[in-house]
Amino acid sequence: MTRAALLHEPFKNIPREQEAFLLGLWSFLASEALFFGALFLGYAVVRHLHIAGFDEGARHTNAVFGTANTAVLLTSSLTMAVAERAALADRARLARIMLAATLLLGLTFLVIKGFEYREDLEEHLMPGHQFAIPLRGAVLFFSFYWVMTGVHALHLTVGLGVVGRLFGLSLGRRLLENRASIQTTTLYWHLVDLIWVVLFPLFYLVARG
Amino acid sequence: MKISDRDREIILVPVLVWIGLMVALAVTVTYAFWPHAPVKVEVALVIAAIKAALIAIVYMRLSRSPPLLRLAAVAAFLWLLMLFGLTFADYLTRAPG
Amino acid sequence: MTASYLTEETSIGSWLLTTDHKRIAILYALGITAFFFLGGAAATVIRLQLLSPNGHLVSAGAYNRLFTLHGVVMVWFFLVPAIPTTLGNFLLPLMIGADDVAFPKLNLFSWYLFLAGGLLTVLSLVAGGVDTGWTFYTPYSTLYSNSNVMLAAMGVFVVGFSSIVTGVNFIATVHMLRAPGMTWFRLPLFVWSIYATSLVMVLATPVLAISLLLVIAERVLGLPIFDPRFGGDPLMFQHLFWFYSHPAVYIMVLPAMGVVSEIIAAQARRKVFGYAFMVYAIMGIAVIGFLVWGHHMFTAGMSPYASLVFSFLSFIVAVPSAIKVFNWTATLYRGQIAFDAPMLYALGFLGLFTLGGLTGLFLASIPIDVHVTDTTFIVAHFHYIMVGGTVSAFFGGLHFWWPKITGRLYSEFWARTAAIIMFCGFNFTFFPMFIMGYLGMPRRYYHYPAQFQPYHVMASCGAVVLAVAYLAPLVYLGWSLFKGPRAGANPWDATGLEWTTPSPPAKQNFAKTPTVTSEPYLYHEDGRTHGDPRSLKPHRRQDEPAE
Repeated sequence: MTRAALLHEPFKNIPREQEAFLLGLWSFLASEALFFGALFLGYAVVRHLHIAGFDEGARHTNAVFGTANTAVLLTSSLTMAVAERAALADRARLARIMLAATLLLGLTFLVIKGFEYREDLEEHLMPGHQFAIPLRGAVLFFSFYWVMTGVHALHLTVGLGVVGRLFGLSLGRRLLENRASIQTTTLYWHLVDLIWVVLFPLFYLVARG
Repeated sequence: MKISDRDREIILVPVLVWIGLMVALAVTVTYAFWPHAPVKVEVALVIAAIKAALIAIVYMRLSRSPPLLRLAAVAAFLWLLMLFGLTFADYLTRAPG
Repeated sequence: MTASYLTEETSIGSWLLTTDHKRIAILYALGITAFFFLGGAAATVIRLQLLSPNGHLVSAGAYNRLFTLHGVVMVWFFLVPAIPTTLGNFLLPLMIGADDVAFPKLNLFSWYLFLAGGLLTVLSLVAGGVDTGWTFYTPYSTLYSNSNVMLAAMGVFVVGFSSIVTGVNFIATVHMLRAPGMTWFRLPLFVWSIYATSLVMVLATPVLAISLLLVIAERVLGLPIFDPRFGGDPLMFQHLFWFYSHPAVYIMVLPAMGVVSEIIAAQARRKVFGYAFMVYAIMGIAVIGFLVWGHHMFTAGMSPYASLVFSFLSFIVAVPSAIKVFNWTATLYRGQIAFDAPMLYALGFLGLFTLGGLTGLFLASIPIDVHVTDTTFIVAHFHYIMVGGTVSAFFGGLHFWWPKITGRLYSEFWARTAAIIMFCGFNFTFFPMFIMGYLGMPRRYYHYPAQFQPYHVMASCGAVVLAVAYLAPLVYLGWSLFKGPRAGANPWDATGLEWTTPSPPAKQNFAKTPTVTSEPYLYHEDGRTHGDPRSLKPHRRQDEPAE
């Protein structure tokens, strides 16, 4: 456990620097929460105005894809959590394997999402002249669907980038000294997962059965 | 095979939480497709909140974080309340039509 | 003599890749100065157009683009970043006894984001401009406007990200890098104000980002999110937009309040009256400021019950502001006031901010708001806060810390003259707008009834005076930069860790980490707040040697 974490200017000691990084990241996550929160608010307001249209829209998403992706993302959170705990306990090999698994699961999510988007487009669920559902409000449901899942996918892609960076560090055997990076990346990944967890019922579950 | 304390912390706790999350997922999907079940939206949202809380508290370590970090999380929550609360103060009290 | 942060390295690369918070402050200062004069140029043309009721100096379309440009540039590229990124960046680490902000590289990254956002916005201007007004209201911005809404919105989106990054950096800095003994209630009020501002930046800006993102999605992807024809609600845009844009007013004015607190204490030789309540007021404004956004929407079709709630909360937010005004006044009471340039600017702030704040109370009450909505009364009100308040304080801070930043003194005579001209020019420009607004002159109008012409002529003449006051510092501060006498470490004999460093400071702020043992603003030798004026430390004149 003697591996030194890197100390950067202007910090004088490591624990303080670690906490500063975590505080910085948590502040950023709070900002992210408001970012997605504003989208959730938009969804809630427009659903309040058009409940029937929103329910009709929600019956047209593909719950199989949605559920599968939720499972994939929850599992990626598991691998990421293990990767972080392993790295902090100096178990480089386990951490490396788990980072690779996280990357694979993240990619799987995007691939499934891609198939889902293709099906959505084929069924004319993109708002426009050929939009499939005539009921008032459904087109607004799908406006939010595209924006919110799209913005989430973008965040996930950024997540893949930062997890990929950690994986690169682990290949160069420089992972364990970057404790702050490990912790902040993990937090970000979990937040992207957490947002999906809230997003999932809103688009896939609210009007079934 | 005996599990050491370290393995418990590294693997067992995350796996237990993952099992909890997957069970919650199964429950919420099943309930959503159950014909004519009542309060579906509410149930789906409550289960989502439970899952989100599990991720935040265990995976994101809020349970063991310094108070300062918890404060950041609480602030995000409070500000979301302000955003939702006052916006719906408008939408819920508008004259119908 | 050791090299200062200005002279240690001098290549262009050493500036563009610097992670020194003091140099980044200078980089920002260059950026916001350019945007200030760009926005000012637009305002000049607007005032010239309004000299006559049926003027044709510019076309009606160009007029719309000019006031949009003026608003967008002044709000996001000058007022919001002005004090935090320049004085804040420079002073925050110095005031708390740190060598830099928590994440120096991120700080530089934030400047490049600012630059990129600025570039996008300038590009939208070159490509023909935007005509929606700075508020980007839907459905005009999404359905009807044929101007470069997307480019401008993207520019604001990017600069918003820069704002968030700066906020995160400052929050971590204040929490983690205070010198030993620098407890929370020993922090200078400027630090508190920057901290509160950072909180607002981090928690409000993402909502602005979403409102602009949704406008872009509607324009580019054709998703009818706010489109009333499909059941979308344009008012939802206003809710999201003002959830940011009202607290943004506090992003602008809180740092100004911090600056003024420092100046008044130093130049009245008095401890700030009611320090703890000043802190509570700062934090109170930051939080309550989030609860009042609906007063921008009283006439927009919001539910009357919500209007009632927002009206009440808007009255509440005036309380902490009033506490601050009373406390500044009480600080001056029985002080040994020096009417140097920074103090003149600070007193100007005090008067103009109070007037702007009091007219804000008019607007919080729904009947009056309904009467004057979208008139020049509103324009006058928020210019009193943002220009009379924030810009005055910014100039005050600039003059107060100029010797520290540059190591040079400026001509006190010209600086005082400019401060007085600015105060007069400002009132000359904007006070007539209160009157004609109350009489019914709408804002953003290209032509207007002839009865309002005298007020418009007055305002336009005032704008010329104001322009002189803004341009004058370019001359005498420019002169000071090259020819001004050298400043000592502490030309005002002020308290605060920043004055313990040489002027200008070395690249590394503190050779040895300072230890703080006392509360701030100890301008009385025996530390008492009230007492015999003879116990006050005497003034030292600026041109006397400091040590």
